[in-house]
Amino acid sequence: MKRSFDVLVIGAGPAGIAAALRAAECQRSVGLVDDNPSPGGQIWRGGVAHPNGGAPWLELLSRSSVTPLYGTRVLDQPAPGLLLAEAGETLVELRYQKLVLATGAREMFLPFPGWTLPNVMGAGGLQALVKSGLPIAGKRVVVAGSGPLLLAVAATLRGYGAEIVGVCEQASWRNLATFATRLGWRKLGQAVRLKRELVGVPFYTDCWPLSAAGHGKVERVLVSHRGSPREWACDYLACGFHLVPNTELAALLGCQLENGFVKTDRCQQTSVADVFCAGEPTGIGGVELALLQGQIAGLCAGGDQSGVVELVAQQRAMRPFAARLAKAFALRPELTALATPETLVCRCEDVTLARLRECNSWREGKLYTRCGMGPCQGRVCGPATQFILGWQPESVRPPVFPARVESLLAAASNAEVNTEPNAAMNAATNPYKNPGERS
Amino acid sequence: MNRTFDVAIAGGGIVGAACAAECARAGMSVALVERELVGSGATAAGMGHIVVMDDSAAQFALTRFSQRLWHEMSAEFPSEVEFEPTGTIWVAADDDEMAEVRRKHEYYAARGVRTEILDQHSLREAEPNLRLGLAGGLLAPEDAVVYPPCAALYFWKRARDAGATLISGTVAKLEAGNLQLAEGTVIAAGVTVNAAGAWASELTAGVKIRKRKGHLLITDRYPEFVRHQLVELGYLKSAHSVTSDSVAFNVQPRRTGQLLIGSSRQYDNESKNIDHDILQRMLERACAFMPGIGPLSSIRAWTGFRAATPDKLPLIGPWPESPGLFLATGHEGLGITTSLATARLLVDQIAGRPSEIAIQPYLPSRSFTESHV
Ligand SMILES: Cc1cc2nc3c(=O)[nH]c(=O)nc-3n(C[C@H](O)[C@H](O)[C@H](O)COP(=O)(O)OP(=O)(O)OC[C@H]3O[C@@H](n4cnc5c(N)ncnc54)[C@H](O)[C@@H]3O)c2cc1C
Ligand SMILES: Cc1cc2nc3c(=O)[nH]c(=O)nc-3n(C[C@H](O)[C@H](O)[C@H](O)COP(=O)(O)OP(=O)(O)OC[C@H]3O[C@@H](n4cnc5c(N)ncnc54)[C@H](O)[C@@H]3O)c2cc1C
Repeated sequence: MKRSFDVLVIGAGPAGIAAALRAAECQRSVGLVDDNPSPGGQIWRGGVAHPNGGAPWLELLSRSSVTPLYGTRVLDQPAPGLLLAEAGETLVELRYQKLVLATGAREMFLPFPGWTLPNVMGAGGLQALVKSGLPIAGKRVVVAGSGPLLLAVAATLRGYGAEIVGVCEQASWRNLATFATRLGWRKLGQAVRLKRELVGVPFYTDCWPLSAAGHGKVERVLVSHRGSPREWACDYLACGFHLVPNTELAALLGCQLENGFVKTDRCQQTSVADVFCAGEPTGIGGVELALLQGQIAGLCAGGDQSGVVELVAQQRAMRPFAARLAKAFALRPELTALATPETLVCRCEDVTLARLRECNSWREGKLYTRCGMGPCQGRVCGPATQFILGWQPESVRPPVFPARVESLLAAASNAEVNTEPNAAMNAATNPYKNPGERS
Repeated sequence: MNRTFDVAIAGGGIVGAACAAECARAGMSVALVERELVGSGATAAGMGHIVVMDDSAAQFALTRFSQRLWHEMSAEFPSEVEFEPTGTIWVAADDDEMAEVRRKHEYYAARGVRTEILDQHSLREAEPNLRLGLAGGLLAPEDAVVYPPCAALYFWKRARDAGATLISGTVAKLEAGNLQLAEGTVIAAGVTVNAAGAWASELTAGVKIRKRKGHLLITDRYPEFVRHQLVELGYLKSAHSVTSDSVAFNVQPRRTGQLLIGSSRQYDNESKNIDHDILQRMLERACAFMPGIGPLSSIRAWTGFRAATPDKLPLIGPWPESPGLFLATGHEGLGITTSLATARLLVDQIAGRPSEIAIQPYLPSRSFTESHV
């Protein structure tokens, strides 16, 4: 299947939806791609009611001229202006004049003894499974790790009848208190609502998992709470140590990264011409920031920038929030010592920490232990080794997600791409760019 | 820090590492200089098929000798080397290629290498995922598969255990008597060795080496999908075209159950990036022989550079323009296989002792005839 759009948006989370809608308002043909069967991203997808104002956006989207391309995963860029994607068993070739990357974030995992036991899961992963039918009523769940996501997950699981044994947040009470008092009114409202859903759920700060144990699946978890060990019986351990941006596609396209995030200018344009980026890949900042960035990217990609200046001002005002978020939930150094020498760090290739400690870099670990060479393509062990061992990830190679051989095979036969941008798009001027300024 | 060694080797690929081990075990003091990591060059990109080939008598002699050395050493390999005696099946598509199967069988038999002719039926039994209608094949049971970076690392560890020194740095200048690192250090050595693979001609002007780019693709785990290393006999037609880009069906089972799919050959393309056109042709070829590959999940594609000489034979021995400087490079698509034999031949020459096989075909002083096999 071949599709061609003025503006192509990858990722139908808040950032991507906002970008697609704004670009469509500029009278552009817009395609919105997501690898999930429905739009909404990590937060608005599925679910009982859409929290954080998702409903109006999804409603707008359903009435817009945006072409939905869900269940479609972008894999590779065989030539500039052309992306290759898979929709189930169908190969999809996507051509674009302007591209918006809104690929979001994923959960960060840290290895500790027992983390590979069945029923030890990603917090967001368990949330998604429960939303799509995994029975959880009456099950005892420990939610552990870091970040606002933990509370959201606990609230969801509780809504489905789970017994939340405890929510363990590794951040200190002091960090959180400082963060909370500076949240602002709206956020506070949200937090209070969450809090109501979580009445009676024990929330522990300065608390993190030390190990999980059980026969064939997790049965108990040992945590450290304010320096003392505690053991709880449980049926599930839901873990997430905050978020890691999905920057692989941007990196494949050659977009410059800075401190692990995609670098953008005020128009959300990356270092690559005609490629924009919005939402979590540019910094972990939550839904509202994602929505603003998405709108900016959509308008700039669409070429109608009345209104961008105002959005940029709002976006700027939110920046301190993102910085405070990062600071409040920064992972404490003690967590680098959770894994023992025998703990598997790379589950795809069964590589222990002891073997990785013999290496000095990601490249070396990969070369000699095959760490990161499995089907997760280093998405799990990459951030973990970065945190534990201080390794820097290396360049991305195609495909960005595992892909059917035949999809790659069909790829480039017709790589003659129309690289002439259409005239209207060319005329679009960037309100922030002085002539000659490089993006 | 200026130091003196008996032998200083530029390049820590599998060839340099094997040479370092052989020299050190022969009692020489050895420095191995690598700018990145041991085994990170072509060695990390290659397939690791240990294979006997007979494009020429010299190629046969070297690959056969080396294959024997791999088997001799295999008992001591740590598991990371992933030495698997999978054997090769040379797949014949039609009757012409079956004639080649019979020729090859006789050629190998006459030289003491056991092979087995497979008819259509036994080929299918051996590899049920090959397409119907293939004519047959030749099974070479003594061929094997390794994981090259860990093999190179193991060779380096043998060298280290015999007293060799690894120097991390970029060789800026290489001559008889010494090599100089980019940061200025001069390392004096009785013998210097250029084992810089596809980059050898950057260090020794006049060495006739061209970069020959190759693509590979690895899949997820599908144990038993393929059991032997499979290579189309048509490979003989495609691999040696000097003029044009070529692809061939070449699939390898990894110990993990993954399939490594190759292969392509391109001159005059020095970019590490995937060339989607050639990748596509390569995968088309793979699917033509093994249609079941199409739906399998692929994890990653990459490229590497073979060091190709005009006659497709490696350069092992003194550089005529500067005796005291030796070459150990130019292994094209067989350097994993022939690394061990190369190390033997090199040490024999440095020590001035006779070799098990005739060394003349590999001497850098030979006159080259362009190979169009
Ligand atoms: C697991 C998880 C659960 C979360 N739960 C909550 C919550 O309950 N409450 C809350 O307030 N915040 C939650 N967050 C945070 C929230 O997701 C973000 O603040 C916000 O949604 C970011 O929006 P986004 O548009 O940048 O990214 P996302 O919402 O992450 O959207 C990105 C989308 O792009 C898709 N995508 C990525 N790469 C490709 C590709 N190559 N091809 C096709 N599609 C692709 C992804 O599947 C995803 O649907 C969660 C985050 C995660 C990771
Ligand atoms: C796609 C592909 C498939 C292959 N499949 C097979 C196969 O199945 N079987 C087989 O036998 N062979 C195969 N080969 C060939 C094999 O990989 C090579 O012949 C072999 O790796 C060559 O080893 P080397 O040590 O000479 O080169 P390299 O591994 O490239 O090592 C050279 C080293 O020198 C270093 N270096 C270069 N310049 C300098 C400098 N100035 N200073 C310091 N260090 C320097 C480099 O960093 C590098 O590590 C394949 C090759 C490719 C590309």
